[in-house]
Amino acid sequence: MTDMHSNDGPYLSVEDLVVHFPTADGIVKATDGLSFTLGRGKTIGVVGESGSGKSVSSSAILGLHRGSSAQVSGRIVLGGTDLLMLSDEEMRLRRGKEVSMIFQDPLSAMHPYYTVGNQIAEAYLVHNDVSKKAARARTLEMLERVGIPQPDRRIDDYPHQFSGGMRQRAMIAMGLINDPGLIIADEPTTALDVTVQAQILDLLQDLQREFNSAIIIITHDLGVVAEMADDVLVMYAGRAVEYGPTKDVLTHPQMPYTWGLLSSVPDVQGDTNAALIPIPGNPPSLLNPPTGCAFHPRCVHRSKVPADLCTTTLPELLPGSQGPGHTKRCHLADPDELYRTEILPEIMPDLIVED
Amino acid sequence: MEELVAEAHAPSQLNPDAAPILEVENLQMYFPVRSHGLVRRVVGQVQAVDGVSFQLGAGSSLGLVGESGCGKSTTGRAITRLYEPTGGAIRFEGKDIARISPKNLKPIRRDIQMIFQDPYTSLNPRHTVGTIVGAPLEIHNLVPKDKVLPRVQEILEVVGLNPEHYNRYPHEFSGGQRQRIGIARALMLQPKLLVADEPVSALDVSIQAQVVNLLQDVQKEFGIAFLFIAHDLAIVRHFCPEIAVMYLGKIVEIADRETLYSRPHHPYTQALLSAVPDVRQAAVGGRRERIRLTGDVPSPINPPSGCRFRTRCSLAKEICAKVEPPLLQVGARHKVACHFPGELGHAPQTPVTTGICGVDAQGNTVAGQTADIQLNAPGYDTTWLDLATGQRTGA
Repeated sequence: MTDMHSNDGPYLSVEDLVVHFPTADGIVKATDGLSFTLGRGKTIGVVGESGSGKSVSSSAILGLHRGSSAQVSGRIVLGGTDLLMLSDEEMRLRRGKEVSMIFQDPLSAMHPYYTVGNQIAEAYLVHNDVSKKAARARTLEMLERVGIPQPDRRIDDYPHQFSGGMRQRAMIAMGLINDPGLIIADEPTTALDVTVQAQILDLLQDLQREFNSAIIIITHDLGVVAEMADDVLVMYAGRAVEYGPTKDVLTHPQMPYTWGLLSSVPDVQGDTNAALIPIPGNPPSLLNPPTGCAFHPRCVHRSKVPADLCTTTLPELLPGSQGPGHTKRCHLADPDELYRTEILPEIMPDLIVED
Repeated sequence: MEELVAEAHAPSQLNPDAAPILEVENLQMYFPVRSHGLVRRVVGQVQAVDGVSFQLGAGSSLGLVGESGCGKSTTGRAITRLYEPTGGAIRFEGKDIARISPKNLKPIRRDIQMIFQDPYTSLNPRHTVGTIVGAPLEIHNLVPKDKVLPRVQEILEVVGLNPEHYNRYPHEFSGGQRQRIGIARALMLQPKLLVADEPVSALDVSIQAQVVNLLQDVQKEFGIAFLFIAHDLAIVRHFCPEIAVMYLGKIVEIADRETLYSRPHHPYTQALLSAVPDVRQAAVGGRRERIRLTGDVPSPINPPSGCRFRTRCSLAKEICAKVEPPLLQVGARHKVACHFPGELGHAPQTPVTTGICGVDAQGNTVAGQTADIQLNAPGYDTTWLDLATGQRTGA
């Protein structure tokens, strides 16, 4: 957080981003007042359940809601320009060049009728005034860079001829061919096996170092966040509920929803007798979100907050006891103490001795 | 529900003396590859499962893990007899069901049920929950028609659904609730063995834990044996006291939970475990030290000779290409299929399998020695090869 601000302002700054979808049943508040910053060469991990607004927020950065009925407001400042103020044509020129996206499922994100090489070269031709031959040479170079074996033979293959891991590599090649400053990776490894996932994450990190890009990685896997991200943003019902440096948030989480996410996945190294404590209930409807804190119907610590505050008042995203960089949206008075005495002994009993 | 939450959902413990309910021996499942054209000749075989053997105790659970295409789901489907196996035996309560006729299969289906991965496609959208969950009772003609509904409601309550919702359709439920419907259907006939094929991987993280806890509760309550198929190593570790790791149609390592996760002996298991991203890494920062596997899994149509993992293995030597490593017992409940088994960084310099396979250290056949044929038997022996001394020892 600190070194990010030491440069002349963050590379990407999202301020009070709102994405609402009017529907016949009412307004779906997919993202409701989201703010975060990201510097070049840094990674932010966005976590949350399906329907928490992770993907909607990032597609808003890419301007993918233009032309739909979505109501987008707020500011998305990338390298000094507010992307929401741009015309469609100006945005089109930036899309793929300054911001690009790596999708979750490369099989459905690629066109089955075109060869992989043609699809990657297209991304280059759109933004660069070069011959097809030059684009092909650049495509070969990128395929080689992302580790596709025998790229000169594979360049004319169709997506279905690639394995899952290779397809994701080709997607990364497509996303990085114009050397974008910001890469949005939407669940880039969810569809992949663990050993392939490790290869792809390694590749993303190497490329980030090489091109000094900023990465937004959207995932539900806190393990991926722990290993990849500098900052983490936990989203629930369209809002940030906890935001801060990864190390801080994952070792001293201060919001019951983050506790729930941590306690509901077993740990591959932890105690085998550690209990899995699920978050009760289901994610809320964004059409009709709960009053007050959106998490209150599923929160087991609600009784520790006086005067029904949770059901009536939406908590502000405020710094907790871990310093100004780590903010959380919760009414609990002393979440650190609660986490240490009640949550940690249940989910990671082997870590208790440290205190 | 409150009581269920309060009660700790303890992971099931290993009972080494439990009588085996399921014994799979040398199971093979090949799918023919046909040529294009008018005469669709068989031009090859996809060796999806090739010689898998294991034992599952009554009321226990065995985890099958591996990457996509390793044959774990095919194994599950062969055991439920959704496929007819190409070879080998599947002994359920001592009776071989691998070759049994469809007519004789029906009573066995009562005892072996399956939970599917995708709760969206495994429920008929045009049937109500009551029809879906009650179907097994009607198919097997177990209770009179007017008694079906009370049973359905009873079982819906067991899996944590509102029994009054029997008249609703699957689309009215969330993913986690749909998976509960699938579990209710599988429990309806009070099976002795449940094959759960990736039962939670399609669900959100917070819902996964709810379903895993439910499965643990029903296992404890009804004493059901589970074959738990998943690619998520952490979930399998949490659920199963015993785990088998598969690679390209074969079991490469099988052991109890503690041994497999803390002292894996097969280089593939070690690579697999080191690849799992870990939340605890946040305290340290950066990436975890990991073993990098290069390339992709080879094609099961034309698998590598000898050890199937050798093309991606850092330990591979000449013998690995020539001789297939047997699934060798190296501990009381620990078998590994590798010529150079050992803890990470402590692999032996010479192959430990030469005597058993009847070959020399380069993998050439030695005259007069024959291979031990008993090596692909399910279950465990009372004696095993001690890797430290090279001698056979017992408990």
